[in-house]
Amino acid sequence: MRKFKEFLIENLIFICGLASIFFVVLIFLFLAKEGLAVFKYVNPVDFLAGKSWYPISEPAQLGILPLIFGSLIVTLGAAVISIPIGIACAVYIAEIAPSRIKEVLKAGIELLAAIPSVVLGFIGMVTLVPWVKTVFHLPTGLTALSGSIILAFMAMPTIVSIAEDALYSVPKSYKEGAFALGATHWQTIYRVLLPAASSGIVAAVMLGIGRVIGETMAVMMITGNAAVIPQSILVPVRTLTATIAAEMGEAVVGSEHYFALFAIGIVLFIMSFIINVTADLFLHKRH
Amino acid sequence: MRNTKRSQNIAFFFLFLATLLIVVPVGLIVVIIIQKGIPAVNWQFLSDIPRQGMRAGGIFPAIVGTFYLVLGAIVFALPIGLLAAIYLSEYAKDNLLNRIIKLAIVNLAGVPSVVYGLFGLALFVVFFKFGASILSGSLTLGIMILPIIITTSREALESVPQSFREVSLSLGASKWQTIRHIVLPNAIPGILTGTILGLGRAAGETAPILFTVAAFYLPRLPKSIFDQAMALPYHLYVISTQVPNVDEKVRYGTALVLLSLVLFMNLMAIIIRYNFRKKKKW
Repeated sequence: MRKFKEFLIENLIFICGLASIFFVVLIFLFLAKEGLAVFKYVNPVDFLAGKSWYPISEPAQLGILPLIFGSLIVTLGAAVISIPIGIACAVYIAEIAPSRIKEVLKAGIELLAAIPSVVLGFIGMVTLVPWVKTVFHLPTGLTALSGSIILAFMAMPTIVSIAEDALYSVPKSYKEGAFALGATHWQTIYRVLLPAASSGIVAAVMLGIGRVIGETMAVMMITGNAAVIPQSILVPVRTLTATIAAEMGEAVVGSEHYFALFAIGIVLFIMSFIINVTADLFLHKRH
Repeated sequence: MRNTKRSQNIAFFFLFLATLLIVVPVGLIVVIIIQKGIPAVNWQFLSDIPRQGMRAGGIFPAIVGTFYLVLGAIVFALPIGLLAAIYLSEYAKDNLLNRIIKLAIVNLAGVPSVVYGLFGLALFVVFFKFGASILSGSLTLGIMILPIIITTSREALESVPQSFREVSLSLGASKWQTIRHIVLPNAIPGILTGTILGLGRAAGETAPILFTVAAFYLPRLPKSIFDQAMALPYHLYVISTQVPNVDEKVRYGTALVLLSLVLFMNLMAIIIRYNFRKKKKW
């Protein structure tokens, strides 16, 4: 009887072990089931490279290039801000901060990661957006730049914590060797530790960027949502994620528009899949 | 020599500056929300339904909705996540299957939250015909927090020393008895930390509940799991962008309640982990 019970439990454990594979496949299948139907109305090239997104006009124009550009420009801006600051902060926490301050800083970074994106979006709306408007003399502060700044703050916790782990896991002997040769602490950091931790830092940056591309609420609240190809970072843009979030509520189930939004979901899913798999390869690269 | 010393000082100064650039805004955000939100938060705000098109009254239905959603998500995700963690830590061999499972977890953690929303809409709302309901929303959030629960629980289980298991097995206990009576009790604080972090994440997410459960305005409490519900993060989104002329105070108040809820959970997780590490005897 006990044997039988344990047999059941161990099988249940095995099934649950496979749950994550099951759900990833399920997510992909259901995105594909609803999303691929859009290609009855528009061919894949026109969908990805079409320059106009007018999903509810007659006939509907379903080109997501402006949305891809919107996502790209916001992500690029966020990357430019968050990568240097994030890596510098990781180095400071891992190498320079005294252990007391280190704990406080790590808790602070963890709190930043915990702030819900809708709260960051709200704070961005009431503080950052008016500021961007006056500083750059713009008709509206709802721009790609505002989005980039807020998103940088969402990427930084990821970058800092993973890069810090990477720096921390460099063998102590590397550092001792560099000190023994007379290098200063800073020389040791940028000539020895940073190169040794480089694959982990690359993974940190990739995962941070992955977080930015997938971010929805904050971006929808502060980038202005204009589905045109942006000419500069100081104009309103609309990202892939914001498009889904803003329009799915109005799309009729089973309509062209509904399918198109799911097809955007497929694009996002594939992007995050590629980013995560590559980042994982970098993280597990053995020296 | 003086030159290298000076360049070190300059470099360290900039590293410190970068750290300030992250920490100071975080502090400011929290301070601003507390300062401007506190005047709005009182008993009526927490216990009343929204009135005058959400421009006055309270946020009680949104608090209750978020509570139900989070509860539902954890009821679904904790058993599956914990068993999956037990599999990875106690049973899995270092083979291709194990590698694929780990990759799947990483991917599940990386899927954009709005894509979870789409998935929940396609599977639970449309395919299973649950409609926009607490059930659909909870299941969607549950799948979203699964990777957090698996990863933290697995770490907790793996940090139990191998010798504990060996002693138990050598006394004649079976593998499951060992896990049940030796490994799990020693991993509980870590599992609890992961669960609370998952709760916090589920409470703060908006995109996955947009199309699966969230009601724009529903001035009554949900009666069953097939009802729609309001939720705090979505309510904050609605009153900040969709409804004109909402008093700033109401917005800040809602943001404060949501932020306090999420930060409180995270703080609890941090404290449990800290105490556990201090007490750990191995």
